Amino acid sequence: MFRKTHTEPVDPAAGNGILSRRIFLEGAVVVGATGAGLSRGSAEPLTVQPWMKVPGAGFAGYGQPSPFESKVVKVFPPPPNPPGVGASRTPLHMLEGMITPSGLHFERSHSGVPEIDPDQHRLVIHGLVKRPLVFTVEALSRYPMQSRIAFIECGGNSLALNAPQAQPLNVAATHGLMGCSEWTGVRLSTLLDEAGIEPEARWVIAEGADAAAMSRSIPLTKAMDDALLCLYQNGERVRPSNGYPVRLLLPGFEGNMNVKWLRRLKLTAGPAMTKDETSKYTILLKNEKAWQFVFPMEVKSVITRPSPGLALRGPGFYEISGLAWSGNGSIRQVDVSADGGRSWAPAALQGPILPKAPVRFRAAWQWNGGPAVLQSRATDEMGMVQPTRAQFANERGLRGIYHYNAIASWRIDEKGEASNVYA
Amino acid sequence: MFTLKPIAACASMLTIAPAALAQVPQFGQPIAPADIAAWDISIGPDGAGLPPSRGTAIEGEAIYVAKCQACHGEKGINPSVALSGALVGGMGTLAPDKTPIKTVGSYWPYATTLFDYTRRAMPFQESKSLTADEIYAVSAYILNLNGIIGSNDVMDAQSLPKVRMPNQDGFIPFPRNPK
Repeated sequence: MFRKTHTEPVDPAAGNGILSRRIFLEGAVVVGATGAGLSRGSAEPLTVQPWMKVPGAGFAGYGQPSPFESKVVKVFPPPPNPPGVGASRTPLHMLEGMITPSGLHFERSHSGVPEIDPDQHRLVIHGLVKRPLVFTVEALSRYPMQSRIAFIECGGNSLALNAPQAQPLNVAATHGLMGCSEWTGVRLSTLLDEAGIEPEARWVIAEGADAAAMSRSIPLTKAMDDALLCLYQNGERVRPSNGYPVRLLLPGFEGNMNVKWLRRLKLTAGPAMTKDETSKYTILLKNEKAWQFVFPMEVKSVITRPSPGLALRGPGFYEISGLAWSGNGSIRQVDVSADGGRSWAPAALQGPILPKAPVRFRAAWQWNGGPAVLQSRATDEMGMVQPTRAQFANERGLRGIYHYNAIASWRIDEKGEASNVYA
Repeated sequence: MFTLKPIAACASMLTIAPAALAQVPQFGQPIAPADIAAWDISIGPDGAGLPPSRGTAIEGEAIYVAKCQACHGEKGINPSVALSGALVGGMGTLAPDKTPIKTVGSYWPYATTLFDYTRRAMPFQESKSLTADEIYAVSAYILNLNGIIGSNDVMDAQSLPKVRMPNQDGFIPFPRNPK
């Protein structure tokens, strides 16, 4: 079946070549737009390639990406830090859609990735409960399950953009501590109900089975709302780097709280004040005070293409593609600019649009070959608008490190090279 | 009038409860609190969970030199592993427009966190290997290097939670958390 197409020109929607999103919504054809700087002369004659002349490879027990995609990998710093400490980053600029492949999902670990035998793993629920309980992974797997698509973003994502001068960084370096999976598991509320919550309980201290026994205090309200004990990630068992055999998912909340390798949940009246909720993951403000227990990852977006490292090949038509997300709900709108925020036009949002999940946005851009600064600005269902860097710094300063969610800017120079700038 | 409705509600719940409970999957295995003890390493800021034992800064120095100094640096000031961060110093650097140096002394609000974290995660290459005495002692050493306690002050389950940290009042709630 043929789609109805429009042949009238697509009008500019904002300055410096941003075109109407109708091209995505209605399949309109851009008339008058030139090719992306490629030669419009005749193509080479077609020949039959060698892989059509002999049988291909056999089956594999677990499929791998094409060897030609070997550059699409997570990035992580070399020593001197001990192996497995710190973070590996998702190459968002090389990916499309909303789901992060499990093997490319960023990881943050505090003492490496433990190799856990699921038959020996246990989850205990205790503290202010009527019946302390222990669960095997097999027992957890017997409960009714639930799936949801949700992002996890490290509280330290985009930390580098606090720097006073813009650094030469790509999207993996600036935004690569965010990933999205379809997570499947058991509602935490089901298990807490089974244990029986004592009336004075207000917090749940979650602890991992890694060598750091990483631990965070979680409000009981969140635990009873939409917290999920995840056994599956994108259809298969959760990857070791993401918490095998069971991890906590707190949709929309700071990544560090989504405790991996979950082994213990202790209900208490007050928070434990662990290292990671006092000395880390607190936000030092302009004065001497620091915000503590900053739960939601607030509204944010980034243009993944074009972006630093992905050069444009001459003037012409380009799709601007990116991701927008909010820990407070669904994305309502994303605007894009090619003139550093002087003028904006709404991008097309690629469905499904789900709460606390990233949305892929797309905009059409006619690059005239001149300087441009590309930006995206997301608005969520709460009406919260992603701040400019100046607005962000005005509220809290730039000493806070964590939860940086200001608008990012990619400058395009005359050669088509993109770079991280503050605009 | 005020009692009739609750009574009616209770009566109807009693009637349906056995049938409803039978529908709910329950696969957790009961465990006695004593059998959880080996796993229960959480310590509250009020000291809840701190074990018996004791230690002083003077006792802690040798443990620090042997087990901690390789990463955290001599006297906790210049860490050789960047991620480990400085443990000592930085007083006054939280002030506006200064570059903050966030250490145990300048930033951490509770001394109990030092015990909790050291016990669960340190030393990095062999976590959970220190005795309670050693953890109290090395905690005391780090607090003493920061000028918060004396070198002979005994740290134990009673005294550690009472240590007044310089930045204890430095934290405020985030104003935009979900209700």
